[in-house]
Amino acid sequence: MQEPHGRISIWFFIGILLFAYGILITGVGVYEIFVPPVHKVVLQSLHANAWWGILLLVMGAFYSFRYAPGRHK
Amino acid sequence: MQPIPSLLLLEAATRRLISLTPVDIAIIALYFAMVLGIGFYLKRYTKTGEDFFLAGREMTMWVAGLSFVAANLGSLELMGWAAAAYQYGILAAHWYWIGAIPAMLFLGLVMMPFYYISKTHSVPGYLKLRFGEPARALSAISFGLMTLLMSGINMYSMALVMKVVLGWDIHFSIWVSSLTVAVYVVLGGLLSAIFNEVLQFFLIWLGALLISIIGLVEAGGWSGVVANIHRRFPGQDFTHMWSGLGHFSSNPMGIHWTGIVFGLGCIISFGYWTTDFLVVQRILAAKDLRAAKMGPIIGAGFKMMVPFIVILPGLLGLALLPEHLVGEAQAVATGAHSYNEVLPLMLARYCGPGLLGLGITALIAGFMSGMAGNVSAFATVWTYDIYRALIKKRASDEHYVSMGRWSTILGVLASVGTAYMVMQFLSIMDYVQALFSFFIAPLFGTVILGMMWKRCTPWAGFWGLLSGTVSSIGMWAWVKLDPSALRYIALSSDAKDMAENMYRALWSWIICVVITVAVTMVTRPKPDEELVGLVYGCTEIPTEKHLALYQRPIFWAGIVAAVLVALNVIFW
Repeated sequence: MQEPHGRISIWFFIGILLFAYGILITGVGVYEIFVPPVHKVVLQSLHANAWWGILLLVMGAFYSFRYAPGRHK
Repeated sequence: MQPIPSLLLLEAATRRLISLTPVDIAIIALYFAMVLGIGFYLKRYTKTGEDFFLAGREMTMWVAGLSFVAANLGSLELMGWAAAAYQYGILAAHWYWIGAIPAMLFLGLVMMPFYYISKTHSVPGYLKLRFGEPARALSAISFGLMTLLMSGINMYSMALVMKVVLGWDIHFSIWVSSLTVAVYVVLGGLLSAIFNEVLQFFLIWLGALLISIIGLVEAGGWSGVVANIHRRFPGQDFTHMWSGLGHFSSNPMGIHWTGIVFGLGCIISFGYWTTDFLVVQRILAAKDLRAAKMGPIIGAGFKMMVPFIVILPGLLGLALLPEHLVGEAQAVATGAHSYNEVLPLMLARYCGPGLLGLGITALIAGFMSGMAGNVSAFATVWTYDIYRALIKKRASDEHYVSMGRWSTILGVLASVGTAYMVMQFLSIMDYVQALFSFFIAPLFGTVILGMMWKRCTPWAGFWGLLSGTVSSIGMWAWVKLDPSALRYIALSSDAKDMAENMYRALWSWIICVVITVAVTMVTRPKPDEELVGLVYGCTEIPTEKHLALYQRPIFWAGIVAAVLVALNVIFW
């Protein structure tokens, strides 16, 4: 998808932010698997932050790569 | 703006519901850095009036559609309707389904061609082309004023939410969020607002969706939610959308099905989704007519799913939270949690560090997308429909862009001023919310008659709009002064506030239409050649027969409509 005037696509910005969020949230999630928190949330055993973080990471990587500046020139 | 339950009554409690960790703070800080970065980046692409006010008319159908629905998806919407779902049950989903989807599809299929082909820059601009300057002036001034006031009320409410949920200082929340919005909208205009709205749309979904997923796991699926609610609230119906609407007193909302179908479904939602410039402006930025028609249809598809992240958490709260939430007054008296806190309570229940930051970012993003929508729409209406029309008719394009930037700043400051005014005089909020609703229904009557009936005359448009608005104000004042008048306005003395709003909208629309038709009969219409591009019967709509079936807007609108019917049957 070519953006007008060589502008960076909005999807790239979304990808970068989700990728960064994915790193942070996955990092916390993995850490909590090995060092369980003192104050546990309900269904802590699901490790939601680990797999939700991975989802963000994958989405972010896809959008960042697919809509990277210059990729369609 | 559609009516939002009384989240605004949220008391500034001394306790905080959630504590953030450094990871959560980093997530919020990254969000602010990104939206400001987008604003600075897009400044170079915002040079002309078309760029600043209409994003260069280059948006794809997906960007226009997501922005269209995100501009409406504010944080008050998230928290307010989650609270309404706890209080009224699944009835609250009517505001997302019959109260939105038919109107959005109608906008895309029927009205958008006229807005788009006429090349208008705003809804008041369309009224100028169709009915002349008086109708435009009435619409523009009322829209500009109401937009700023509503923006200020939302700002204050958001700051109050942040104080209750996180313990943040109200002044800090107001100034940081409003200045951030001001910076990125001043720099990049509508383009920047739309880019950020699409980003915010993703964050809202990704921040809120997890609550519903984990909640369903905990409850054992939808059947578990229903069983838990029935067990915990015996004799009350929170899980049916239509079966309890046979009488005003047989459902928790105090509303009759005629109010939902005719007041909400036919008038209020059509008024909001087809004539409120805040949302229509996003679609006017579409790159071609097909994108402009598909934008609202794509938006409708996503809007239909919003109850999954807004209504379902409220129902999950009913099913799973150990304590029963209460009304705000009782919460203050007893120290219990109120309905309005259901979304942050569910967030804190399931989300640990990181996810909590994402959830709070979703709330902040929701607020900022709504505010950016308000100020960018205000800047356009002020610059084109008030300043250029009434104050300085001939100036360069650069001058109007500059005025757009200044009016954005002044608009934000006026919103901040309103927020502080509301802080001092809380009752103002009720009046302003009511005031906003006065214009919506009559405006829909005026626009739809103008688009569909070529005989309709310029003076009929003006007098119809004015009489519909004045009658709406009159009905509201009548009930305020004499509460027993409710049985005439809302057809029952059992009717509650929302029901009264529905029926008042219906009557004011009917009055607008009757006056418009009557004045048309005694005044002279415009010649057909002046109505080309504005009215059905005088405008050639480009055919879509050369497109494959799956590329046609009508095909996707049909699918969305079928899913809407199915959802209503499933949750009947």
